[in-house]
Amino acid sequence: MSVVTVQLGQCGNQVGHELFDAVCGDAQDGQRKTYSSVSCERFFRPNTRGDPVARAVLIDMETKVINQSITKAAKSGRWRYGDKSSFSQKQGSGNNWANGYCVHGPRHREVVEDLVRREVEHCDRLAGLVAVMSVAGGTGSGVGTYVTQCLRDVFPKSFILNHLTWPYGTGEVIVQNYNSVLTLAHLYQLSDGILVHENDTVHRICSHLLKIKNISFSDINRVIAHQLGSVLQPALTADSHGLYSRNPLGELVSALACHPEYKLLSVSTIPQMPTSSIAYSTFSWPGLLKHLRQMLISNSKMEEGIDWQVRPPTGSEPTRGLTGSNFNTSLANLLILRGKDVYSAETGGFVDPALYTSWLLPEEAFTLWKSPVPFNRYEKAATLVSNSQALLRPLDDMVRKAWNMFASRAYLHQYAKFGISEEDFLVSFTCLEQVISSYRELS
Amino acid sequence: MTQSVVVQVGQCGNQVGCRFWDLALREHAHVNKKGIYDEALSSFFRNVDSRKSSGRACDVGGRIQHLKARAVLVDMEEGVVNEILQGPLREVFDSTQLLTDVSGSGNNWAVGHMTYGSAYRDQIVDKLRKTAEQCDCLQCFFLIHSMGGGTGSGLGTRVLSLLEEEFPEVCRIVTSVYPSVEDDVVTSPYNSVLAMRELTEHADCVLPVENQSLVDIMNKIRHMSHCGKAGSMINRDSAIISGQGGLNRAEKPFDAMNNIVANLLLNITSSARFEGSLNMDLNEIAMNLVPFPRLHYLVPSLTPLYTLSDFSIPTRRLDQMFSDAFSKDHQLIQADPKHSLYLACALMVRGHVQVSDLRRNIERLKPSLPFVSWNQEGWKTGLCSVPPVGHSHSLLALANNTCVKPTFMELKKRFTRLYRKKAHLHHYLHVDGMEKSCFTEALASLTSLIEEYHDLDCTKGKLSPDVPRLTITR
Repeated sequence: MSVVTVQLGQCGNQVGHELFDAVCGDAQDGQRKTYSSVSCERFFRPNTRGDPVARAVLIDMETKVINQSITKAAKSGRWRYGDKSSFSQKQGSGNNWANGYCVHGPRHREVVEDLVRREVEHCDRLAGLVAVMSVAGGTGSGVGTYVTQCLRDVFPKSFILNHLTWPYGTGEVIVQNYNSVLTLAHLYQLSDGILVHENDTVHRICSHLLKIKNISFSDINRVIAHQLGSVLQPALTADSHGLYSRNPLGELVSALACHPEYKLLSVSTIPQMPTSSIAYSTFSWPGLLKHLRQMLISNSKMEEGIDWQVRPPTGSEPTRGLTGSNFNTSLANLLILRGKDVYSAETGGFVDPALYTSWLLPEEAFTLWKSPVPFNRYEKAATLVSNSQALLRPLDDMVRKAWNMFASRAYLHQYAKFGISEEDFLVSFTCLEQVISSYRELS
Repeated sequence: MTQSVVVQVGQCGNQVGCRFWDLALREHAHVNKKGIYDEALSSFFRNVDSRKSSGRACDVGGRIQHLKARAVLVDMEEGVVNEILQGPLREVFDSTQLLTDVSGSGNNWAVGHMTYGSAYRDQIVDKLRKTAEQCDCLQCFFLIHSMGGGTGSGLGTRVLSLLEEEFPEVCRIVTSVYPSVEDDVVTSPYNSVLAMRELTEHADCVLPVENQSLVDIMNKIRHMSHCGKAGSMINRDSAIISGQGGLNRAEKPFDAMNNIVANLLLNITSSARFEGSLNMDLNEIAMNLVPFPRLHYLVPSLTPLYTLSDFSIPTRRLDQMFSDAFSKDHQLIQADPKHSLYLACALMVRGHVQVSDLRRNIERLKPSLPFVSWNQEGWKTGLCSVPPVGHSHSLLALANNTCVKPTFMELKKRFTRLYRKKAHLHHYLHVDGMEKSCFTEALASLTSLIEEYHDLDCTKGKLSPDVPRLTITR
């Protein structure tokens, strides 16, 4: 089954490009024929000359980034984008969610739906759609939200996963918190699952783990693509009976997003290191999983600087809320192991009832996928997709900052210009306060 | 790719504009080695095949035939425009883009705004429309004018409101040259205050530039290049006052100063013209930097002012570039942003600079810069990969900062001093359409603008607690 990716805005088109580059490199790397062909079918289709063409639709309101991504892909010589898979306009959305959602989105609805429909028709069977976008700017967030809404209408029964890049806490777009609030509140009603990468976290991974000196956006996007690829590449699941799963999005969503109030998924991967060091490093599953488990419960997104003091709460000392304990309570976790000796890995630590909310059995809350094929040159690698309180704090910060700005009425005239009123903002704020409150109640 | 149109009004506007076109050509010639009319060039230039009788513009992708500026030149005297037409830049303008009169506005805002504004209204609109029609996707008008005189100030602001009427969707970014305190035009306080009201009401963004600051920067660079130590000589074409490599050979007195303003315009549009890892489009400027519609005065600063011929310790120099952008003597108006309050700030970087450099410097500088309580992280950043000619990197900072207040207060003081004595008032009041209320309303507009900045200033240093959030009942 195949996944159609919709790349939206500058960030979406850059991350999307890196994602295809990562999965293509990974699939063509190994000698494993089945793995490669499943991966290939999932992300690529052959064109008349037999070259792999990404199952992707590229959308932006300006041309520069799309052209760059298309050119870079063609230059790689390994894969390319479809000749008629992109749509761009001349003038961007100007960081204004309202401009993207109320003006650009509706104006180009038919063209975009047509592109996606055509790409879907290329699939023998559609596993679902992944919309890749940022929440900060105007096109990714505003047009992205509108397009997600269209996809929901056109494909009411397909799985839709949104991959969101959350901006740096400081300094990308000043109205980023407004745009984020509007995006998240709307997507919460539309999407089956919202997979989030925070730029700040990824930036730290680049500097601390990958030891990159002058971190560029392509470095950031490559890490995101690596993590996303390790989630979406073929794996053996409980339902797939010894074969590679045919339904990656469906199984991901049913494993993790079991309740409509909880859709925010975070990702962490171990190990991550400079390519030059990989050859000199050895890993053991118990070591990797011990670290990953502690990363989960202490909510650290990388294996450096883990707080080993955090322990699951015992029955006798109840801890509640953000302030009491640093323990990160999960609703559901999906662990994906790739590489050598994967069948011998012991994952019992993740089935501990203390990790989860009381109203879900740990056997239901925990899912395990495996693949004996090493991913992206790592001999052994583990990725955890978690529906937990991990994103509670950044979400709360985002809403708090937006709310403070909203109280001063700053920038609202820019949104009103395109038809988003204070009332609309209030509805979005209410929705996200509800989400925050739900995640808080997990512990 | 979008296009922009430059509208230059009055003597100062046309002189600055002239420098802008020269340096824009220099920059594109530097980047575009193949002689192909590319997207970047199309943003400010048309490519016309003069051999074809129709004179129709050629599409992007062909060879450069004959570049024509997307500009409208307006002056009520002939001197400056004629000089341009006889100079090396004559090729880039058509007579249809020009509008001149012979008698000037006599340093009288009312003559420019009312008399000429009404007489030439249709002609101006006609020329604007023609220029706009030649654009594939018009994004922005750049108006260049001065505040002190009659034509730039009066007719310039009239053109501004015409732009709003005719092209409400197109962004209006105004570069306004403010008079120095020792200005030789007696009526410049009147003209400036009358123009201010128009700017406050009709512009999307105003980039104020003060003559005195330009002079100071120019002197600083000249001083450095004369007394520099051996090995630290300033590169000839790298100083932002230099026109080296442009078409114009003979330097005129104001050229050095005007080059600074021309560089400001080149840098503000660089990300819209060239590629970069973090694009910053022109419509993002107002969106990010203007929290309240009237408070749209953005103080510009350019760094580095020059590069030295020995380049060592690049990181330190890169960080210095960021520090300088916030220092008093790099601002293009007489203002001290560090000791006032930031509402928002944009950093537009060009050249080989990575996002990590940007982050490091924001983190480093943030503690020393006061931001308004609800916009503590009010940074907008852009990374354009093409550096300016002669530089490896450069930075343009745009600050929406209460430090513009002293300039406005000074203007108000000088206005009031004249107005109390009714000095020169009759010159204005006998102009058709000009009434006393124009003065009182302009003064009231300026007063309330100052108050708005003042009210924000008062919140400085006060820790405002988070606003109580919505609560969810279960």
